Amino acid sequence: MRIKKIMTGSAAALALAGILSSTMVFAASHSTPESAAAKARQSQMQLYAHNLGVLGGMAKGATAYDADTAQAAADNLAALVALKQIGYWLPNSSTDDMEGTAALPAIWQAGSDVGAKGKAMADAVMAMQAAAGSLEGVQASIGALGGACGACHKAYRKPSN
Amino acid sequence: MRRILKILLALALAGAAVFWWITRPQIAGPEVLAGLTPDLAQGEQVFFAGGCSSCHAAAEATGEARLILSGGLALPSPFGTFVAPNISPSPAGIGGWSALDLYNAMRNGVSPEGAHYFPAFPYASYVRASAQDIVSLHAYMMTLPASDAPSKPHQVGFPFNIRRSLGAWKFLFLKPGWVLEAELNSAETRGRYLVEALGHCAECHSPRNLLGGTRSNLWMAGAPNPTGPGNIPNITPGKLLWSEADIAEYLSSGFTPEYDTAGGHMVNVIANTSKLPASDRAAIAAYLKRVPALP
Repeated sequence: MRIKKIMTGSAAALALAGILSSTMVFAASHSTPESAAAKARQSQMQLYAHNLGVLGGMAKGATAYDADTAQAAADNLAALVALKQIGYWLPNSSTDDMEGTAALPAIWQAGSDVGAKGKAMADAVMAMQAAAGSLEGVQASIGALGGACGACHKAYRKPSN
Repeated sequence: MRRILKILLALALAGAAVFWWITRPQIAGPEVLAGLTPDLAQGEQVFFAGGCSSCHAAAEATGEARLILSGGLALPSPFGTFVAPNISPSPAGIGGWSALDLYNAMRNGVSPEGAHYFPAFPYASYVRASAQDIVSLHAYMMTLPASDAPSKPHQVGFPFNIRRSLGAWKFLFLKPGWVLEAELNSAETRGRYLVEALGHCAECHSPRNLLGGTRSNLWMAGAPNPTGPGNIPNITPGKLLWSEADIAEYLSSGFTPEYDTAGGHMVNVIANTSKLPASDRAAIAAYLKRVPALP
């Protein structure tokens, strides 16, 4: 009888612990299709940043120029801009809808030129890919790339404090 | 009693006369430009260093369209909303202006008609611009495309719409000297000129007092963003920990050391600084390292 009671108590405690922990996991991730899409966008930006960092470091002389490394970074950028992003930019995933994003609703609104800005970035990446074979080429192309990134951030990203 | 009234009246009249004297628009005569000849290439550099396009080109303009200075940017403030006017070389802009008119606008904040400008036009910075640079800038601006778009009126209510009172503002806050008085090398000296005069960086990066004067004891310590959400960052060595090379790179490509980019109005600024010689960007970075560090 006593043993049974203990076991019942343990089972209840275990069940409670299980419910609590799953609730906590759910609360921690609280994953929705929109928040998952925002994370995918941010991962894409991280990959841009890493490869831009390789090229930018060489352009400003912080690291020595190496043709193979530069070309690999430029090729990666080209591969990244070729990704189909339709699944990243779900409706209702702007700063108006959720935490954890800086994407302004203007991206989705009438008159948005986000597609043209994306095309401008793709063009700047292609120019970099064609020029990465020399340090002078990297230096001449990095500014336009930064300009393309900045143009979109200016229009469509909420400033951080 | 009558005697006291007379004294009070005399004092009031004297006070009004002093106010009238202090607040009168003060302009320079042609002697300040004597012997100076314009240099168009230099004028183009002054144009980009001065950031004219950032406010006077259409907000969404990019590339060549940034040279059409039809006006448009609205600058909200506690005193009302100021709208950047047309400064293209057309009758709707500054088409009829002499170099001296531009000099008096930039250094004294006075229009060719003799009225005070609101200090949303950053003459509190441009007051430090050299006469030679202004003469060259004038010649360059006259080569830009003309726009007939009429300037939009400022939305400024009473009492701030009394232009005469801006003379008092100038008496308090229009100071032609340098903010950073220190032993500087040649790059730092050039950087000081670019930052404190032409670049007018402090107009956004320094906080203002209740009357809208820049607080020089909090030079470059950051301030609320006048044109959108968030804050303009502190760029003293207390917060801006980037190397000089990082700062110069940011002013060239817009990339931060983490390979994020500028956003907001700073994108316009970088569209200008990216057109300066690399030595000028390095000079700005060198100067910023000499500004007193603030938390």
